[in-house]
Amino acid sequence: MLVIRRDLVDAMVAHARRDHPDEACGIIAGPEGSDRPERFIAMDNAERSPTFYRFDSMEQLRVHRELERNDEETIVVYHSHTATEPYPSRTDISYASEPKAHYVLISTRDPEQHELRSYRIVDGVVTEEPVEVVESYMFAHTGADDTPDCP
Amino acid sequence: MAVIVSIPTILRTHTGGQKSVEAAGATLAEVIDDLETNHGGLKQRLVKEGALHRFVNVYVNDEDVRFAGGLEAAVKDGDTVTILPAVAGG
Repeated sequence: MLVIRRDLVDAMVAHARRDHPDEACGIIAGPEGSDRPERFIAMDNAERSPTFYRFDSMEQLRVHRELERNDEETIVVYHSHTATEPYPSRTDISYASEPKAHYVLISTRDPEQHELRSYRIVDGVVTEEPVEVVESYMFAHTGADDTPDCP
Repeated sequence: MAVIVSIPTILRTHTGGQKSVEAAGATLAEVIDDLETNHGGLKQRLVKEGALHRFVNVYVNDEDVRFAGGLEAAVKDGDTVTILPAVAGG
């Protein structure tokens, strides 16, 4: 399951809308081993294409070094599909190389209503996972709402 | 000549989990051949039909070797070779 703050979801969707009809891409970094997306990093799509994306290699190197310095890692890799459903394409699957990352796809094919889904892609096998959008990580998973804290 | 090669997570199965390893060579091709002798299986993840595989980016220090001679890129003592998986899709 991907647990992610609402402002980060909004940032991905805004980026996807801004670059439409070209595909938008980027990552959300977080502390190493935390599985908690925290820092939104929009990347340039070096392909500037409505059907393909590729991180700019020099920008990717800079971001890689930055994450290493900060003891961060890539938690989410996102990109948009601008005319099709938010399901990983064959190319997406062949390039997917981070078994621990959440691959988020955003479809902007509908101008009003975006679609967002998250997947694990491990050894070419795609598994969709639920997405829980929270206001803050501090209050996520504190127990069921129907159990009162005090008697 | 020794260079430090930074290995991405996805390829660390070939280096016993090590994040970086040492290798020797005067060109990237030689460095990769040297890597292969100590960490079998790496070469085929990096090179396909005599050129760098499209699934990886390789940098010598701060330069993407695709724009600096590819496998013939010069490497000298003390350089850092960084391998990153290309992030791309459709």
